[in-house]
Amino acid sequence: MIPPAAPSPASRVTRTPGPLVIDIEDVVKLYPMGAETIHALRGVSLKIRRNEYLAIMGPSGSGKSTLMNMLGCLDTPTTGRYEFNGRNVAAMDDDELADIRNREIGFVFQTFNLLPRSNALRNVELPLVYSGMAPEEREDRAREALEAVGLGNRMHHKPNELSGGQRQRVAIARALVNRPSIILADEPTGNLDSQTGTEIMALFNDLYERGNTIIVVTHEEDIARHARRIVRLRDGLLDRDEVQ
Amino acid sequence: MSTHRLLYEANESWRIAAAQIRAHKLRSLLTALGVIIGIVAVTLMGTAIRGMDISFENNLAMLGDDILYVQKWPWHNVEDWWNYANRPPIRPEDADSLNRVIASTPNSLLEVAVPVCARSATLKAGDAQVNGIYTFGTSGDYSRILAVDFREGRLFTGPEADAGRQVCVLGCDVADALFPGRPALDQTVLIQGQPFRVVGVLVRQGSFLGLFSFDNQVLMPLGAFKKYFGVHSTQAEVRVKVKDKTRLEEAKEELTGAMRRVRALLPGQRDNFTINEQQAFKEQLDPVKQGIALAGLFITGLALFVGAIGIMNITFVSVRERTREIGTRKALGARRKTILLQFLIESVSISLIGGVAGVLLTVSLCLGVRAALPSLPIELSPALIVIGLFVAVGTGIAAGFAPAWSASRLNPVEALRYE
Ligand SMILES: Nc1ncnc2c1ncn2[C@@H]1O[C@H](COP(=O)(O)OP(=O)(O)O)[C@@H](O)[C@H]1O
Ligand SMILES: [Mg+2]
Repeated sequence: MIPPAAPSPASRVTRTPGPLVIDIEDVVKLYPMGAETIHALRGVSLKIRRNEYLAIMGPSGSGKSTLMNMLGCLDTPTTGRYEFNGRNVAAMDDDELADIRNREIGFVFQTFNLLPRSNALRNVELPLVYSGMAPEEREDRAREALEAVGLGNRMHHKPNELSGGQRQRVAIARALVNRPSIILADEPTGNLDSQTGTEIMALFNDLYERGNTIIVVTHEEDIARHARRIVRLRDGLLDRDEVQ
Repeated sequence: MSTHRLLYEANESWRIAAAQIRAHKLRSLLTALGVIIGIVAVTLMGTAIRGMDISFENNLAMLGDDILYVQKWPWHNVEDWWNYANRPPIRPEDADSLNRVIASTPNSLLEVAVPVCARSATLKAGDAQVNGIYTFGTSGDYSRILAVDFREGRLFTGPEADAGRQVCVLGCDVADALFPGRPALDQTVLIQGQPFRVVGVLVRQGSFLGLFSFDNQVLMPLGAFKKYFGVHSTQAEVRVKVKDKTRLEEAKEELTGAMRRVRALLPGQRDNFTINEQQAFKEQLDPVKQGIALAGLFITGLALFVGAIGIMNITFVSVRERTREIGTRKALGARRKTILLQFLIESVSISLIGGVAGVLLTVSLCLGVRAALPSLPIELSPALIVIGLFVAVGTGIAAGFAPAWSASRLNPVEALRYE
């Protein structure tokens, strides 16, 4: 298990940002709701580089999840430009988007979203199934990922045989397993007690220091403090962008 | 690479489908019920039709499937019966004429012509009496077309027949009725009051399509038959054995020509006789088979339709219950066809379970009926089992397509937000 390390400025490593991964400009997202239209994003521009550890903050309803889904290629902007690793996302069809999500993005959800009838290993293998990896190789990689999140001894447990923190670790292993360009986590500690939440954030810190690029969405200052850069949203607009 | 991916995805889907069905055993079984009934109906129907064919072929073999019948009337129904009524009767002597023509034809496809006259008769032996026995008069050549064995004794010889000796051969039921528990051989029976000595008893043969029994017949020399019963005009015929039953049509043509020579018909004159063959019986069976097929297909169609609706419904429920899972899978890189495939595999697994259960049910039904009634020619063909399983898979695909399609088109964000 990874020790719950409270990050102190002394132990913080900040890696040098690499090439541009995400580049959005003037992104607007509208949701038509009957007669009226909800402006979830009103024109957001953001650049994120490899080796960054970024927190997206803001009050509930400010558009964090909408932005996150956009960045994760689950959704496309109503207007605006989005380039992922230099490729124009707006022009991609469904299967190309699925491919980007599969190879370049690792998702971590607030509610874990594990398959209930599959054990930890099978859950972690799933993205590799979708990328067409052979079964033996897949299992090796999934074991590796589970060991990296400290669950080497829980591979054959089903989600309902695991604690909340352990479930989220499985989900993080699943996000890591295809070695994506970025890991996107939407309120990853929202369903965990604060002690477990701190452990999960320590894991993210560890993963960052070991070379991953991480974006965490949260509305809690305590959680956001783990990141090296904080972007604040308010009413669908970028409010502040600060490096810590 | 891409085919590998599809294979791996399919494997994963089968695993998920199995887990899903295990988690909802009762629901899945109830859903599969329609398919079970449908598959039982279609395989039973096929077995019944096949059974009729088999029993028909067996019966044809019993009659001798290499025999042509020269008769006044055709075996099928005719509308212009008056054209047939005026035909001259077939006479036993026509067989001799035919044999002469056959002998003078090089490479004839015909082997021998045998006269057969028939009537119904009463037989007595001591106190025992049987009525309405089909009694045949024929020549010693009958042994060349007779396709059965003897339980006791033999057929009368040519010289016995030619001399008009009063000897006879009994079907086994006749023998058993007249001489219960003792050998009939060399006993005397009274046929229409005339004494005949029994020279042979036939082995049991069963009935022809349940219509008439070969075990209820009596054979006697033609000479004796003519002497005591005369020759009834409509009841005489000539049976002709062909050399090669794979060339039955050619043989039939040759026989027609030979018979026209015997009748001295001029070119342009119509045949005044009919050559019948047993294949004609087969056509009479067609409406029965069609009826069974129609009823079977109707039941099958109805059951499969109900089953398909059930599977479609259950798959829609499954898609709704697992909307968030679909969203998660899409977030992890599942493409549309991956999701489509997954839910199709789920619906096909359910219907395939129904198919396998249906086939097993039919197999055990057939085994049960066979054990209870060994005489019925019931045989479930492997082809029918394969067809049944294919039908089940087809039903699963048809039923699962709409829900699987809708699942594959779900917007990932909406699916993830679904409560
Ligand atoms: N699929 C949707 N349909 C309609 N409205 C939506 C949808 N998704 C988000 N919204 C609305 O857009 C706004 C931003 O939502 P969201 O991005 O989820 O905020 P946050 O994650 O910061 O709480 C909210 O007002 C929300 O109700
Ligand atoms: Mg949110």
